[in-house]
Amino acid sequence: MRARNYFVGAAFAVLAGSMGHSALAQDIKIGEINSYSLLPSFTEPYRKGWQLAVEEINAAGGINGKKLVVISKDDGGKPADAQTAANELVSSEGVAMLTGTFLSNIGLAVSDFANQKKVFFLAAEPLTDAVTWSKGNKYTFRLRPSNYMQAAMLVEAASKLPAKRWATIAPNYEYGQSAVAVFKKLMSEKRPDIQWVDEQWPPQGKIDAGPVVQAVAQANPEAILNVTFGPDLVKLVREGNTRGLFKGREVVSFLTGEPEYLDPLKDETPEGWIVTGYPWYSIKTPEHDAFLKAYQAKYNDYPRLGSIVGYQTIKAAAAILAKAGSTDTDKMIAAAEGISMPSPFGEITFRKIDHQSTLGAFVGKTAQKDGKGVMVDATYKKGSDYLPGDAEVEKLRPKD
Amino acid sequence: MAFYVVQFLTGLASAASLFLVASGLSIIFGVTRIVNFAHGAFYMIGAYIAFTLTERFSGAFGFWGGVVVAALAVALIGVLVEMVLLRRIYHAPELFQLLGTFGLTLMVEDLVVLIWGPDDLVGRRAPGFKGAVDFFGQNIPSYDLFLIALGPIVLGILWLLFQRTRWGVLVRAATQDRDMVAALGVNQKWLFTSVFAVGVFLAALGGALQIPRDAVHHAMDLRIIVEVFVVVVIGGLGSIVGAFVAAVLVSELNAFGILIFPKISIILVFLVMAVVLIVRPWGLFGKPEAAARKTPGLTVNPWRPLTSNERLAALAALVVAAILPLFAGNYALTVGSEIAIFVIFAVSLHFLMSVGGLASFGHAAYFGLGAYGVAFLAKMAGLPMIVCLLLGPLLGCMGAAVFGFFAVQLSGVYFAMLTLAFAQIVWSIAFQWVSVTGGDNGILGVWPASWAASPSHFYWLALGVAALVTIALRVMVFSPFGYALRATRDSLLRSEAVGINAKRIQWTAFVIAGTTAGIGGALFAYLKGSVFPDNLGISLSVDALVMVLLGGVETVSGGVIGAIVYKALNIWLVSQTDLSKLVLGGFIVLIVVVFPKGIVGMLEVLAQRRRKSSPPGSSLLAKPIESAE
Repeated sequence: MRARNYFVGAAFAVLAGSMGHSALAQDIKIGEINSYSLLPSFTEPYRKGWQLAVEEINAAGGINGKKLVVISKDDGGKPADAQTAANELVSSEGVAMLTGTFLSNIGLAVSDFANQKKVFFLAAEPLTDAVTWSKGNKYTFRLRPSNYMQAAMLVEAASKLPAKRWATIAPNYEYGQSAVAVFKKLMSEKRPDIQWVDEQWPPQGKIDAGPVVQAVAQANPEAILNVTFGPDLVKLVREGNTRGLFKGREVVSFLTGEPEYLDPLKDETPEGWIVTGYPWYSIKTPEHDAFLKAYQAKYNDYPRLGSIVGYQTIKAAAAILAKAGSTDTDKMIAAAEGISMPSPFGEITFRKIDHQSTLGAFVGKTAQKDGKGVMVDATYKKGSDYLPGDAEVEKLRPKD
Repeated sequence: MAFYVVQFLTGLASAASLFLVASGLSIIFGVTRIVNFAHGAFYMIGAYIAFTLTERFSGAFGFWGGVVVAALAVALIGVLVEMVLLRRIYHAPELFQLLGTFGLTLMVEDLVVLIWGPDDLVGRRAPGFKGAVDFFGQNIPSYDLFLIALGPIVLGILWLLFQRTRWGVLVRAATQDRDMVAALGVNQKWLFTSVFAVGVFLAALGGALQIPRDAVHHAMDLRIIVEVFVVVVIGGLGSIVGAFVAAVLVSELNAFGILIFPKISIILVFLVMAVVLIVRPWGLFGKPEAAARKTPGLTVNPWRPLTSNERLAALAALVVAAILPLFAGNYALTVGSEIAIFVIFAVSLHFLMSVGGLASFGHAAYFGLGAYGVAFLAKMAGLPMIVCLLLGPLLGCMGAAVFGFFAVQLSGVYFAMLTLAFAQIVWSIAFQWVSVTGGDNGILGVWPASWAASPSHFYWLALGVAALVTIALRVMVFSPFGYALRATRDSLLRSEAVGINAKRIQWTAFVIAGTTAGIGGALFAYLKGSVFPDNLGISLSVDALVMVLLGGVETVSGGVIGAIVYKALNIWLVSQTDLSKLVLGGFIVLIVVVFPKGIVGMLEVLAQRRRKSSPPGSSLLAKPIESAE
């Protein structure tokens, strides 16, 4: 028994030694995890985005003189595999921090891993409010505007509509459920006169669009909230167009203005939906121009929202590492809380109170131009304007 | 009233798309007994090729021509697959072909992204069917009307093909008794190839016809494959009319179900299948399966306990595994723990499949129940880890006891599909019951106690449990209970004639396998620190099947090797390459061709040959014995 303990101790000593060694090495490593094989339509542009960021950072001299290296892993869309990847990155590659993830449950799994292993985690995309609120922890930060923020942005526009009878269509999983719940809550606060006349919950990725469209039409709503995206959205829009569901009805829709989901619709793009998204073609700010130019020069392709998320995730990670001047987790957390930095959408801040960034989104209307879907009348909504007050956030978030 | 008529017609249109794909699967299964997992992949390739063709050639001729040419092209690919891959493995143990087609599916998912890019593709609308028809103020898309007409037309053509042509007669004969057809001098090879081509053609046509309604993307295959299996089974295997009726039944129940329960779609088909199979064990239009002749080769080498040398070798391997923490890092140890857990999972299914002859397609249910059991006990009752580990698997045990009771009343593929239905029902409860299970966000923070928290300690724990479980199951195989179970597998009639209560024995085996899987799940919850509905999902059940088949279903402990090889390779490939599915799929296909008895099965054959160093005469002897029923 004693001999074994000795061996274990020796093994740990060797391990600790090797970890110390990798921290001394010239490069700074960041671990990145995403659902590359499951969601290529989002993650391919995302990958291009972060690769561009790495190139820019290293061309500008790296992080405090050290070269930045990103080691990227695929989670295949499974929380358990994401944890295996996280473990490999932390234990075997010795990365300074974890970043990435798309699906909410994977974001939560990695966030829980980070909390347990005391590793810094910068969540890129997962939208669930739980990441920063009900299941938030000291080690986890999030870049993208959460479900709550996007809902609040849409509600601002939707509450001005005259419509009183509303129906909802959302994918039957956490993202859809919480998007509908927040939207309903915020909407009913502003407009107590609203009635919710129907709700449809097709399974994610398996919508049987005909019957769903028919069922919603039967309830005769004046306005519809849509949360479906990807192939489900395509089917819904096609059936809805043919069956005239959207004629004379207002539609408010999450994420539909993102090129990932809007571009496939081509000449089927419905007119006049109020959506959140990313109209890269009509943003005229110096920050975005610089990003757009660099992206198009490198890839000869236009950016999707994934490109922005990937780019800004690594830029944010680099900014935090540079400010911390160390890869020590506690120093990085201290550096990240309240840090401000430029982004293609303007300056953003990672809030101290809940570790949510104030990156915003564009809200506008869909339209068709030359047989393609575009977002028009888009205005940028700052994330900081759509978060609840500090007192409420403190109630939502467990104490560290 | 008009609304209900339109909703009914909408349901019929959905049914037609489902039927096209399902009929192909049904035909293929009926004749070749292949559980063609790649059917969804052919459906998807059909859609992709049709997309390319219809974008390239516009106009009515371009569109309809494109659709048909795409289906023909995919049928050609199907012929190639049948001749190059499947022909080599028809005589492998039952379900082994599933492994080959699973490998193909993995490859195709990566290939379509490589060829067509990652974006979702939206094709043209069908010329002449772009608009909608007004029906008392309700709109019916004219394309739906086209599909509604197409369904019965295809059904009619197939009926004529099967009832009125010589080829159809042969196919029906082969569905009933393929050995007899072969004995009568029919060239089985070409019959099988042609049947496979027709089935694949229908799948690809179904995919191509989705272009005006759907987006073409790389996950289309998984979206449809399980559903069409369910439809085929509800209708009764090999029955085309059954597939049609089942497709209509499922689609209409969905169309009207969502009016009352908008969340029903997620589980509806599985509920219907469970009810149908419990009431009618062979589906709506199916007939009792003729006792399938066992593939020659099964148990040609009688099982025996390990010799003392082999025991020493196994012990040495265990010792080598146990000293891993002395030189491996934390990551390697965590992967080692995961592999050990999957060994537990695989041997539990292997016990059911190889000893009991009961292939479960829903074994992950009991794995996941064990994991949820631990999560409930740890998070809600706050019990210590050791208690959770002991009590958690009981949830898997209870699940297996309830579902197993119904499942063992069935056999063969019907058994497999009923277990799948139960697994999906459990999955949907975990997915939907957000207030208790946390829905798809799962239950977080189930981390091990400090004594087991270090990777090396957890590794020893997992390894120890895996070794104990494997030994216990082996002991059971060679116990009287094990012999009784093998008797029910080899001949239900004869075993009952000698006084074995077959159903009770099988039920017991099911509960043992479920509990064992639950033990694996309990450890898994602590390894990952969280539990998600994924842990009950179809893909995990398929993983378990693949591990067992890879190891060799006719062996006593092939699951151990299968789990180690598959899991280690999977983790390594995902970490090393962006095309992990392509490489893993290719590897599986290669294994299937080179080792048609699985890895361990093949090693045993080689060892046998060396020992005898004479041409094996036993397999010739075995055939008359096996077919004497």
